[in-house]
Order: sequence, then structure tokens, then C-alpha cells
Amino acid sequence: MINYFKEIILGLRTLAIGMRITFVRMFHHRVTLDYPHKTVTMTPRFRGHVILKVADAKPKCIVCMACQRACPSGCIKLDGEKREGAARKSLTSYTLNFTTCSLCGLCVESCAFDALEFSKKYNLTSMHKEDYQAIDLLQQAGGGK
Amino acid sequence: MYSLGDIVRLLLYLVGLIGFGAFNAAYLSLLERKQSAWMQLRRGPTEVGPWGLIQPVADGLKLLSKQILLPRDVNVPLFLLAPIMVVVPAIVSLVTIPFSETLVAHRYNLGLLMIFSFGAINIFALLIAGWASANKYASIGAVRVVAQNIAYEVPMLLVVIALVMVTSSFDLVEIVKQQGGGCWHWNLLKLGANPMMPASFLIFFICMLAETNRAPFDMVEAESELIAGAFTEYSGMGFGLFFIAEYVNILIGCSLATILFLGGWDCPFGLFPGPHWFLIKMYALCFTVVWVRWSFPRTQFYGLLNLSWKILIPLALVNLLLTAVMLKLVP
Ligand code: SF4
Ligand code: SF4
Repeated sequence: MINYFKEIILGLRTLAIGMRITFVRMFHHRVTLDYPHKTVTMTPRFRGHVILKVADAKPKCIVCMACQRACPSGCIKLDGEKREGAARKSLTSYTLNFTTCSLCGLCVESCAFDALEFSKKYNLTSMHKEDYQAIDLLQQAGGGK
Repeated sequence: MYSLGDIVRLLLYLVGLIGFGAFNAAYLSLLERKQSAWMQLRRGPTEVGPWGLIQPVADGLKLLSKQILLPRDVNVPLFLLAPIMVVVPAIVSLVTIPFSETLVAHRYNLGLLMIFSFGAINIFALLIAGWASANKYASIGAVRVVAQNIAYEVPMLLVVIALVMVTSSFDLVEIVKQQGGGCWHWNLLKLGANPMMPASFLIFFICMLAETNRAPFDMVEAESELIAGAFTEYSGMGFGLFFIAEYVNILIGCSLATILFLGGWDCPFGLFPGPHWFLIKMYALCFTVVWVRWSFPRTQFYGLLNLSWKILIPLALVNLLLTAVMLKLVP
């Protein structure tokens, strides 16, 4: 008989403790991030698709083709030309097939001229596969002219 | 007999009550979403309207725009009858709820009894819904609702009988009137009539949670076990009606608890009694109902029945006997 009442009292006590916790929680700070309105900055080691680095409004790439050769999936296609008066070759096109890229980073590592890096883009959606089959990195880097 | 004025007045009240019920169903669901969010450190709906206040309208439109599907094996008349059977008694029960001494659609000297008898229809409706759905999850939900509601109807009625012995009236207005003049007159604190009054309020509240099938007693729906229990096969507004009825039932349960134990429209310190006090107390109880839901996990089914048969019913019986003895001893 004593145990019966003990159990009831204990039960009520634990229920009260539970309810106190949830009540106090109502006044804690919110952890929700209003996603489309606010975004977090990506961590430094986050790997978005690769992009060309730019120096003096020009891509730093010198068209050595090392990245195209290094890519195990053959995602990178680039082309360049030697322009009048320029000390090095200039890019004329640089496309990335992001649908097969595994974000392995071999292209970034293989570039001896520090011309490639991972972007921090993660809001990538499209209804068309073509949009990611040939991302024009040169255009994204500002044309190259 | 009723005069024309009485009938018009009753119809106006009915329209008002349907509006009141629908409004509360909508905004209690928003309260539920907001409050659960706050308790889980989230923010809840924020996009539709300022602070998400128009969200229930969006929800309603979504439900209205959906097709009401009739699965192949359902018993069509019963399947369609169930949502109506669940919502009509809920609205009708509101008729006898007195918001203040004069603000009551129809003062009826058996109001309390009427609410309980209409409340019982709710079980039938859920049983029919589950059975007519021809779905095993729905059937399990339906079986559970019967076992659960029978188990909890008993202590609830025992507690209410004890209370009626003290008030010696089934008339809700009369019951509130007897509690007028400050919180020490409320039935909750009428320790002179029965020292177990606070405990009986607790029993009433727990039974009310179980009767309205709210978590931690939501065995009927039990979405993690039974998909949506008795409502599995319902879509669109069919489901919407169950949803509305659930919240209207909470409203009625909280109103009843307010009237029976918390003095209805009476002010706790004897000043300015009026419908606002009724609403404040009722919504405080609604808040507690939601609070309880988001604090505790669902009980297991035998735990649920054990609580009723082993704890609530014995306590309610003792409460009843004690009330009878006290009535004889204390004149
Ligand atoms: S990250 Fe890897 S797969 Fe992607 S383009 Fe670079 S080398 Fe190719
Ligand atoms: S390895 Fe670097 S410099 Fe060479 S082509 Fe690729 S991006 Fe340009």
C-alpha cells in the first residue's frame, strides 16, 4: 500500500520535472536559422564546385593543361591562345562538367599556379541537366579578356 | 414553448459558436505548432503573415483543395458519416457552455449530462471511422479508442458525480454561480466539502486528455506506430474535420474543467467577473494541454490502461466515498 502511493508521488514528481524543463525551454534562445533569409558562412574546407582564381581582373590560369590531365573523371575542358604582347597564354574557354565531378580536388592540387580553388556555393538547383554539364568557369571568373 | 425570438437567438448563437469553434480549432493548431516549436528551441511557422499568424488559413485552404479519396474497400456511407459524426456533437456540446451568466446559447438544467452524452458519440465516430476504412492500422486505432475511452470515461464520471453531489446541480450556470466570489470559493479549493478536490481536478484533467485522445494518450492516432490510426484513409477535409473536432473537444474539455473546478467566469480575487476570466482560464488550460503533449512521450497501451484501472478509478472511488461521508458529516 505504501509503495502504491510512493509510486504515484514519484510519478507526479517526475512529470512535474519534465514539464518544468519544457517550460523553461520556451524562453531559451532559438536555434533555428531562417534559411532562405539568412545563411551561415561556409566552413573554410567546404568543397563546392571548382572555380578559377582571379588576379588583376584576369584568371590566374596559364593554360598548362595539368588540371585537365589530372581529373580522373574528365570533367574539365579548357582551351587557350597566345595573345599579342602577353607574356603567357590566355584562357579562351574553361568548362566543368559538374554532373560527373566527384569533388576529389586533384585538379586543385595539380595546379602549380594556384589558379583553381573550391567555391563555397551550395545553393545549386536546376531542372535541366545541361545547366551543370558545362559550367562556364571562365565566364564566372569575369570573361578573361 | 419557444417564441420566434428564442429560435432566432438560438440560431445566431449556433452560427457564432460554429465560428468560435472553427476559429479556435484553427488557432489552437497554430498555438500547438508555435508552442511545440518554442519548447524545442525552434521558431514554428513564420512565413505566412506576421509571425505566421495567417498559417491556419493556408492550412485550411490546403485541406480544402485536396481530393477526398475513397479507397476501394471502404464502407462508403459510414466512411463519409464518421467525420460528420465527430464534428457535430463537438459543436453541439458548445451550446450549453456558459461563457458568463448571461452569455450562454441555451441554459439547460442537465447541461453537464448533455455534454457527456454527446462526448460519448465521439468514440462511436472514431470507431466507425476506423472500421469503415478497411485498413488494418485504422482498425487497430479504432479498437484502441474504444478500450481507452471506456477506461477513462469511468474515473471521469466518478469524479464528476462526486462534484455533482457537492453542487447538487447539473446546470452549468448554477455550478459556476455557487463558486462566485474569489478563488477560495472555487470547487478546486472547496476542501471543506471534500479534501480531495485538487486531486479530483487532476484526475479530471488527465481523463480529459485521454478522452480527447491527446498525447501522451494519443493511442488512436499514434503516428509513429499506426501512421494516423483511425484517420489513415482520410484525406482533404475528411481529415480536416477530425482535426477540427479534436481541437473543439479540447476546447470543450478545458471549458468544462474551468466551469467545474476553476469557477468559470469568476475572478480569482473577486473583482470584475466576466467572460474574459472564463476565456483566460480556459486558454491557460489549453496551453497546459499542449504543454503536456510536448513534454511527455506516448505511453504504452497497457501503461495507459493500468493508469486508469489501477490508479485513477480507485482514487476516484475513494473521492466519491469521501464526498458522501463529508456531505453527511459536515452539514
Ligand atoms: S575535383 Fe576531381 S573530379 Fe572534380 S574537376 Fe577536379 S579533378 Fe575532376
Ligand atoms: S592546372 Fe592551373 S594553370 Fe594549369 S590549366 Fe589548370 S587551372 Fe590553368
